[in-house]
Parts: sequence; structure tokens; C-alpha cells
Amino acid sequence: MSAVTKLTTPLTPESVRALHKGDAVEISGTIVTGRDALHKLWVKGWPEYPDLSLKGGCLYHCGPVVRKEKDGWSILAAGPTTSIREEPYEASVIAHYGFGAIIGKGGMGAKTLAALRKHGAVYLHAVGGAAQVLARKIVRVQGVRHLEEIGVPEAMWILEVKDFPCLVTMDSHGQSLHDELKESSRAIFDELIGKKKPGAAA
Amino acid sequence: MVKSKKPVKAAAGKPRQSAKKKPAARAAARPAPKAKPVAKKAAPGKPAPATPTADPFGERALTAVFTELFRRAATAIPPDVLAALEKAREREESGSVARDTFDVLIENTRLAREDSRPICQDTGMPFFEVAVPRGASLGAIERAAVAATRAATKAGYLRPNSVDSLTNKNPGDGAGRGMPIVHVHEGKGKTLSAHLILKGGGCENVGSQSALPNVDLGADRDLEGVKKVVLEAIFNAQGKGCAPGVIGFCFGGDRANGYNEAKRQLFRKLDDANAEPAIAAMEAELLEKGNLLGIGPMGYGGKTTLLGVKGSYLARLPASYFVSVSYMCWATRRAGVDVLPSGKAVYSQ
Ligand code: SF4
Repeated sequence: MSAVTKLTTPLTPESVRALHKGDAVEISGTIVTGRDALHKLWVKGWPEYPDLSLKGGCLYHCGPVVRKEKDGWSILAAGPTTSIREEPYEASVIAHYGFGAIIGKGGMGAKTLAALRKHGAVYLHAVGGAAQVLARKIVRVQGVRHLEEIGVPEAMWILEVKDFPCLVTMDSHGQSLHDELKESSRAIFDELIGKKKPGAAA
Repeated sequence: MVKSKKPVKAAAGKPRQSAKKKPAARAAARPAPKAKPVAKKAAPGKPAPATPTADPFGERALTAVFTELFRRAATAIPPDVLAALEKAREREESGSVARDTFDVLIENTRLAREDSRPICQDTGMPFFEVAVPRGASLGAIERAAVAATRAATKAGYLRPNSVDSLTNKNPGDGAGRGMPIVHVHEGKGKTLSAHLILKGGGCENVGSQSALPNVDLGADRDLEGVKKVVLEAIFNAQGKGCAPGVIGFCFGGDRANGYNEAKRQLFRKLDDANAEPAIAAMEAELLEKGNLLGIGPMGYGGKTTLLGVKGSYLARLPASYFVSVSYMCWATRRAGVDVLPSGKAVYSQ
């Protein structure tokens, strides 16, 4: 594995463009969570968050387990959720709020890949199911939005993180590790079931 | 443990959904309470009222047992799954992304166990299978499963994971219409035996059901055809179900029972050998071929795409030939408990 690139939010356009598929990164600073219900809510009315700087920020596809404490909230588990469900919305979300990185799992599709390229953003893959390892990278809950409307897992949690580890799997240069793996595994799959690619050499 | 060799019996086990339960016939059918002190596991801090709750298979005692079952399932990875992850780690080259990823997964299970916190934040859809002694109240078991879901959610072992599909509201307590899933059937003997799996949405979403024949794959209505569509499901899942996963598959049945039987395979331990040699051979072959795909942990690429494959079959109609596939993520969470007539609960994973 190559050396880890340390990044601090908000991400600068240069730091994002310097990232390439396969790079390991660690994020420090503020990230916000957002998943299915929030994406739907966003594209319906584009609420503004004047007190948050989302430009160059990181959007984390995550529905955490949280506990209410006397003086706020604590995060008990916080791994990524499957990103592809946000595919219909993400390109416009990136365009509107200007996120510099989308953090999730499983990768996203062609529309998002194009948006990453156009707006200079990256898709970062966090290890799915590693809810404890990742929760420990969350230093503090800074706040929460839309909690009443959409509930704990879906709400927009504003989190301070330190050295939050991810892998760049889709970069701003049109490269996707997910597409690559799908291609290579498809060739093997076709061979295993005895299906030859049309036109492929025997 | 679910035995793969009894598909027919499995299908006969009557699914009872909590949302559809009949008005409780409380205590009526329960065995007479034992004379000696029982129900040691009754909810702490809540002294048991007179007769009915002294019943080890009564709602109150079982609520405490099931809550503990939730804690174990959500926070402690089963030893066979951990061993499989460790073996997978060894197979990857040192310094590779795949090996580093297995390190993270293994570390994650350690932290979860030590702190009694959820392995994964998606604590999934609870799926209970309970074999009860003759005469015990089935309603009490269903109510206990619901109460335990609420208690475990409150304790933070489970995320408030149920959403009302009609209103899109999350009630915040983990329970809802048909959630948890509780299948109860009468077992043999005097011990109540409950098994629980927690299956998250990410991996549930990559499950599939298809019908044979399948022209695109050249899959006929035979075991070769079944293997092709199962392998395609593994390919289609890529890393999205948090690979490496465990596959449960079933061929035959109607659509509903086919899915159910596929999912039930996930109760089996990874080293559970299928009693049916033909299916055992399919399981082994699919495991090997699935791993050849090179999808690897999280779909990053690597030698281990699957931790296990478990299969079963059901009778089918002449016109139908369904192949159902249930994908369980690396965070395969399951736990079991035997509740003895004395009230003693013996947990297992
Ligand atoms: S698929 Fe499994 S490990 Fe991945 S997020 Fe869902 S429950 Fe967690």
C-alpha cells in the first residue's frame, strides 16, 4: 500500500485533483453524514446551512448508532452504508453543495463518476462493517440536523473526525476501481460458466 | 443449529409474524410452574409477579434471555467467522490493500466484543427461529422477541432500525410490522432452543431470485444451471454486500419459501457439512469458483470473495424452478440459546 495521504477539511481543489484511484487517505476535520432520506430531502428543496461550510466538505453515507448523553451525543457505531442508492441524487448534490469528497461503500455509478470529474471531487471507500474502528475516528458530535424529520440513522450528523481512513476508489480523473473490478471479474465469470465473450480470443 | 438435510421440515415450520399474532392466550398453554426457584434470568430490577412469570418460557423470562441473545449476536462475531477472516487475511500478500482490509475487519470485531458495541452500525433485520417444547405459549415467545428488540435497541446494542413503510417514520424502538421476524415451531424435548441472525440491509439488497432456464447464462433446469445463477448472484453483488460474504442458496420452493430457506442456511456454521452429498459438492464448488472471481474484501480485489456457501432445496411445482440467493456480509452475526426447563440459559455461537 502506498503511503497514506493526510487531508484536512475543507478539501482544496488541488488536493482533490492530486488524488488517484487506489490512494489511501486519512481525513481530519468536519464531515457530515447523509443517506437516503436526506438526499431525497435535499433535492426537493435544497435547504441551506449558512453556519456549515459544505464546499470542499466530506459527505459520509452513514447511519450511525448514537446515544444521547447529558451534554450531547456519542457515536456507538458508524460504518459506511451502501452508496449506490444515492446514485440518482449525488451528481446534483455535488453540484449544489460543492462537496469535495463522498465517503461510502460499494462505489457509485457513471453519473456520479462524471460529476466527480466535472466538479473536482472524489469518492472515498471506507471499510464496510468496520463500525467500531471508524467510530473511534470520530472525536466529537458537533451537531445534528433534521433529526425529528427523518430519525437517527437518516439524520445529518455533523462530526469532527481525526485520521478517518479511506481508500480512493473513484477519482476526479474518471477512474473507478469498482468498474475495473467488475470488468476483471466479469471475464473470469464468463469463463467459469463457459460463456465466451463475443469476439474474444479462445 | 439448522440442519441442511431437512428442507421439508423447514418449510413446514410455520412462520408467525409478530404483526399478525393472535390475541394472547396468556399462560393458558404453559406447563405448570416448577416448584424450585426458576427464571434466574428474569429482567433484573423487575421482581416477577406471582405465577405466570415464574415460567422459564414465559414472556418476561424470555425477554431477558432474548435481549442477551441480541447483545451477543450484535457485538460478538461467531468464532468460526473470525477464524475464516483470519485465514483469509493470511492468504493475502502483506502490504496489500486486501490484507490491510482484513486487519481492519478483525480489529473491528475485537473492539466490538470488548466494548459490547455493535460490530456494524446496521444491526439488521432480526430473524428468530425458535423451537419450543410442547405446551409452551407461542404468543409469549413472539411478544418476548418484540420486547427484547425494544430493550436491545434502548441499550444501544441495536440501531433503531425499523421504518414504517407506510408513513416513512422511524418509531425509534426497532420494532414494527413484521419486525422482528419470528418463526416458531414445536421442537422435541423440554428445552426451548432459539437462534437469531441479524442481517443488514446492504447485504440483503444484493440477494436475488431467478427462474430457470436462463438463456443468457445457458443455465438449464438442473444442478449445473443452479450453480450458474448462484455464481452470477455472487458476481453481481461485487463488494456491495460488504464482501467477503456467506452465501445461502435454495433451489425449488415457491418464491416466498425459497427465499426463506436460502436465508435459513445462514444459521449454519461455516464448517457445517451438508448431509446431502450432491449439495455439499455444489457448496464446495461455488465457494472455490466464487473466490476465483477476485472481487476480494469490499470489492477492492483479493483472493477471498466468500467465507462460505450453504445450500438447500425444496420441492417445486412442475412449472417453477426458482433459485434464491441470500447474501450475508462478512459481519455474519448469529447467536443461539437453549433455555432449559430450570430456566438456565445456555448461549452458543
Ligand atoms: S452489509 Fe453487513 S457489514 Fe456491510 S454495512 Fe450492511 S450490515 Fe454492515
